[in-house]
Amino acid sequence: MDQATLRFIIQLAIIGFTFFMLINASALLVLAERKIMGFMQQRYGPYLVGPHGLLQPLADILKLLFKEELRPKGADKWLFTLAPIISVTAAFAAFAAVPWGGETTFFGLLDTPVKLGVADVNVAVLVVFAITSMGVYGIVLAGWSSNSKYSLLGGLRSSAQMISYELAYATALASVVMLAGSLSLRSVVDAQAGYWFGFIPRWYLFLQPLGFIIYMIAGVAETNRAPFDFPEAEQELVAGYNTEYSSVRFALFPQAEYINMTTMSAVATDLYLGGWHGPLLERWGLGWLWFLIKVGLILFAYIWVRWTVPRYRYDQLMQFGWKWLFPAAVLNLIATAAFILYFNA
Amino acid sequence: MPDTVLFYVFSAVAVGASLLVIGQRNPMYSIMLLIASFGALSALYIQLDAPFVAMAQIIVYAGAIMVLFLFVVMLLNAPQEDAAQWDRTHPLRRSGVGRFGAMLAALLTVQLVWALLRVSDASAVGARGDVAELTSVRSVGRVLFTDYVFAFEATSILILVAMVGAVVLAAREEKR
Repeated sequence: MDQATLRFIIQLAIIGFTFFMLINASALLVLAERKIMGFMQQRYGPYLVGPHGLLQPLADILKLLFKEELRPKGADKWLFTLAPIISVTAAFAAFAAVPWGGETTFFGLLDTPVKLGVADVNVAVLVVFAITSMGVYGIVLAGWSSNSKYSLLGGLRSSAQMISYELAYATALASVVMLAGSLSLRSVVDAQAGYWFGFIPRWYLFLQPLGFIIYMIAGVAETNRAPFDFPEAEQELVAGYNTEYSSVRFALFPQAEYINMTTMSAVATDLYLGGWHGPLLERWGLGWLWFLIKVGLILFAYIWVRWTVPRYRYDQLMQFGWKWLFPAAVLNLIATAAFILYFNA
Repeated sequence: MPDTVLFYVFSAVAVGASLLVIGQRNPMYSIMLLIASFGALSALYIQLDAPFVAMAQIIVYAGAIMVLFLFVVMLLNAPQEDAAQWDRTHPLRRSGVGRFGAMLAALLTVQLVWALLRVSDASAVGARGDVAELTSVRSVGRVLFTDYVFAFEATSILILVAMVGAVVLAAREEKR
């Protein structure tokens, strides 16, 4: 087999692997969420299906697959079907621009190294941001097309919330982009290789602590997770935008949410935590294991926050977003720009 | 060869979706089709080696502006337009408005033809240097803050004025 064919097959395998891991991430996260929630509420969580309840996500999916699909009488047929598809497509597509490992030749199999990740885009930061912002259409359309007041309120809340928090999110991203001097996630990660004074990793987390906090808060709001889960606030809106959905169509919404969480954590890892750079493992060509560990830690923090912090009130959410988070992000941006000018001039 | 095929596919989507936007009676469908049209346009930008412009197109138009459109349509809960009534009562059907619209359309067509005739020399773009370099974030930013800084700042003030105006109008509504 010549090198070109081999490269092509390996690239396809990498894409397939990424897709497989994303699907598994959503299944595993459902289980992890219920297990951790159980731990925090001093109970077991799922433990009957498989060893320690490991097969619970599989059972959930099978159950949802065999449920009857319902559509409310007044619902808009096309948009009602399209909404979950948009949600989950945007969630999967956003990860395409996220690199998750360094360059490797697969132990000498290839003569030139291949980059681990679906696509190496030179404006990757913008691609991820653009595609995740498309995901809001799935939620808004689901809310509108269901022809139900709870769904509509959920959809409206989600669009207002996402517009508000996108600003802080993008401004926090811009600070890191300025530091790295590139919009490519791969160059941002490579700019974080090495150590200060021989032991502190050169992560942007240490240069941008405020930016990291803003990114994480805005990220939680963007993915509609507690304490910002207003689009699906159970006590107020039944289940929010997905009230009228059932069966597989319903399953696609939580799946999109969990994949979005994974993307958000993966981008945070690339931007602030040095991506696949870390001691030991990287030397053996297993840097992507560091990436997995870091993403896992952020995802754990996500779940941890959900089960410890109560939900905001809606006006508090808007006030916090516009009066605190966004100004803080702008100040962080200006401070970063001044810092760069002072030390590079 | 695949480039040409992709170009025709995306162009067809952009033109077809744009035509359907004005053909729809349901404003919700119009918005979704407009987003599809924007998406096809940004794919064309990528083909022209301008990924930054493509992403800006999606973030600004498809991401931000269209969400606002959607928000407004949902809040107003605009009903489906009734064809017969629309024909009789819609302000665009009045002769004065119609003539003005026809005049604008004619003007736009003349402009388009003039512009197309001017850039008929297809090599003109390539001759000005590397396209990818011209549209890179660095050069766009540099040009924006040097050559076009007045236009840039004037636009930002215009947007600020509009924003303050909207806040003032909304606040007045609340006091009543």
